[in-house]
Amino acid sequence: MNLLVLGANSDVAYAVAAAFARHEKASILLASRNMELLEKKVQDLTIRYGVEVSCCYFDVTDFESHSAFYESLQKKPDVVVYSAGYMPEQQEDAQKNYKEAQKIFAINFSGAAAMLEVVAADFEKQGHGTIIGISSVAGERGRQSNYIYGSSKAAFNSYLSGMRNRLCKRGVHVMTVLPGFIHTKMTESLELPELLTAQPEEVAEDIYRAFRKKKNIIYTKWFWRWIMAVIKGIPEAVFKRMGL
Amino acid sequence: MELTSWGRYPRIVASGEHFETREQLKRQMDRDGDLIAYGMGRSYGDSALNQRVVFSRRFNKILHFNPETGLVACESGVSLQELISVFLPQGWFLSVTPGTRLITVGGAIASDVHGKNHHVAGCFSTSVDSFELMLPGGDVVLCSREENERLFRATCGGMGLTGIILTAVIRLQKVKSAFIRETVKQCRNLEEIFNCFEKYETLPYSVAWIDCLESGEKMGRSVLMAGEHADTGSLDMDFNQPVSIPFDFPGFCLNRYSVKLFNRLYYHTRSSFVENRLVPLDPFFYPLDSIGHWNRIYGKGGFTQYQLVLPKTASYEGLKSILDRIAKQGLGSFLAVLKLCGPANDNDLSFPMQGYSLALDLKIEKRLFPFLNELDRIVIDYGGRLYLTKDVRMSKDVFRKGYPLWETFAELRETMGMKEKFNSLQSRRLEV
Ligand SMILES: Cc1cc2nc3c(=O)[nH]c(=O)nc-3n(C[C@H](O)[C@H](O)[C@H](O)COP(=O)(O)OP(=O)(O)OC[C@H]3O[C@@H](n4cnc5c(N)ncnc54)[C@H](O)[C@@H]3O)c2cc1C
Ligand SMILES: NC(=O)c1ccc[n+]([C@@H]2O[C@H](COP(=O)([O-])OP(=O)(O)OC[C@H]3O[C@@H](n4cnc5c(N)ncnc54)[C@H](OP(=O)(O)O)[C@@H]3O)[C@@H](O)[C@H]2O)c1
Repeated sequence: MNLLVLGANSDVAYAVAAAFARHEKASILLASRNMELLEKKVQDLTIRYGVEVSCCYFDVTDFESHSAFYESLQKKPDVVVYSAGYMPEQQEDAQKNYKEAQKIFAINFSGAAAMLEVVAADFEKQGHGTIIGISSVAGERGRQSNYIYGSSKAAFNSYLSGMRNRLCKRGVHVMTVLPGFIHTKMTESLELPELLTAQPEEVAEDIYRAFRKKKNIIYTKWFWRWIMAVIKGIPEAVFKRMGL
Repeated sequence: MELTSWGRYPRIVASGEHFETREQLKRQMDRDGDLIAYGMGRSYGDSALNQRVVFSRRFNKILHFNPETGLVACESGVSLQELISVFLPQGWFLSVTPGTRLITVGGAIASDVHGKNHHVAGCFSTSVDSFELMLPGGDVVLCSREENERLFRATCGGMGLTGIILTAVIRLQKVKSAFIRETVKQCRNLEEIFNCFEKYETLPYSVAWIDCLESGEKMGRSVLMAGEHADTGSLDMDFNQPVSIPFDFPGFCLNRYSVKLFNRLYYHTRSSFVENRLVPLDPFFYPLDSIGHWNRIYGKGGFTQYQLVLPKTASYEGLKSILDRIAKQGLGSFLAVLKLCGPANDNDLSFPMQGYSLALDLKIEKRLFPFLNELDRIVIDYGGRLYLTKDVRMSKDVFRKGYPLWETFAELRETMGMKEKFNSLQSRRLEV
């Protein structure tokens, strides 16, 4: 199996790559921006799991490069994981500086959409393949503290759902991953509730299991399905007064 | 955030950042103020605590492995557990391992940890070929026995006070199986256990659990566990999924009577003598790692470990006098461990010396520290010292007397600007 990881320097992405290496002995291509980090991860995953790993530069906000990037791949992937993400502080950064908001949208949504369209075209032609999009429970309902990031994830959710609808007829599977809190560098400066926060390795195992079972949408960890059901069930008239 | 280490005493408010690249670490170092490296916080005391820390755990990539020589190069945040799970199936195991696998390579070097094989294999630094160290200004130097040897000797055992260890090249030992051939022997008193250690000295691994509440005839009653790597059995090993202690035990659970009961049970449920039975490596080396958060047993107030070593010639007398006082005080410890160490190495602050080491886990309570001050005096009088990685309270004087090279170490810190950049609560207390 060939696995392509986009935004491979994400902590979740690294754990997902490790899970596919361990369980599937997959050959892995790590694509992201920070090459120093990627090169270390290549060594590391190769030694830990005895699989073939390589890396290359990829910037999802460089829309022009997407096609050429995909064409340059020696081996076309069977599974693509999209894990790049960006979540700056909202009140001081994203609300006051539209460039930050644009960046959020480009990395979490529009760049992802443009890039995955290139992948989809190839998979559709091949008649097989799996696309795993890592989104967020934040996309399920906008909250005052994080609605810019949340809406980028909401857009990504709709996008993945439509693409699943389109590609399932062609033997291509699309999976949406909705994580809750995870201990990663993205959330390092936040005080997260320990009981609700997963380690990247736990999320990666959930993702791998769901991949095997060809799930469409998964919450990770599992209890977020119920937490979100409650949050989505609150009437808007009440919700708008809350301080979430 | 709240920060503490394994003893959960003290708990401080601190700020901390992770680093994944040298550049990120360098940026954190460039900021004003001092800091200390924090690995997995398995040290018991305050050696990894400071108002500002840098977390190394995410700097955990394995960079190179030579299957011919067993040399592995990795970043300092890699845990011993990770190394075991990657290399044991290939027939390689750590040359030196402490009683937990949940520590980082950086922490193993900084404390120059020892294991059950100290009498034949020395400290962790013996298996270290070289490491890279980031100095106060952000420069990175390679340290080995050939190059920057002065820094090598100060850093192994130097409790993070010379810089941040970045990567290390360590030597694994070849093993044929993931099993140990174990010998267990009950010993009725201190004399018996001393003889037993000598008798089994040729086995690479040995350690004893000791009952500290017995006095008189039975003083020093213990169970010796010795072993060697088996040459049969598979190389596969699954780490037992730890069961976790879910909450703090109320303080009163742990008292003279419960400890006495535990010790009786522990002693009498061991067979008096078992030779050469095959046991998996994981419970042999890491019995406590199968219980997550076991430090909660000691309650909210936390606990400490008092680990001392006495020169061999003074060990019998010294230990008798120490055990006598402990039994009288009734400060029982579930976990009391005795070990015969091999010769000291020439690092500035490494702990082991030829002689007996005793380690006691003790709940923090009001009468504890004055009592330990008394024990300190005995330890020093007999020419021994206390282990820095377990310490949270020793005085500057006890430190200086126990570690005669402290001055050389302090001078190096002074001249290389380490004293301004790297500090822990411990280094301030010890004024080093
Ligand atoms: C159950 C248990 C059993 C143990 N058994 C033994 C034993 O048998 N023998 C033994 O010797 N010890 C033993 N220990 C102690 C433990 O091995 C040491 O305290 C070890 O140093 C902890 O490593 P850590 O990664 O958790 O480091 P921390 O506790 O986070 O830090 C310990 C020290 O290392 C320094 N440090 C950490 N990383 C770096 C780095 N990258 N660069 C520079 N300095 C660094 C810190 O500043 C600090 O001074 C045991 C501990 C426990 C909890
Ligand atoms: N952490 C959480 O609590 C949480 C919760 C729910 C959902 N999620 C989602 O899960 C995914 C993974 O999160 P994480 O916490 O693992 O993230 P992370 O560790 O913060 O990593 C995000 C990665 O995205 C990459 N990236 C950013 N901009 C990029 C660009 N323009 N082109 C290519 N790569 C880019 C970065 O790689 P470089 O370093 O190479 O630039 C960065 O390492 C994200 O989509 C996130 O939104 C996270």
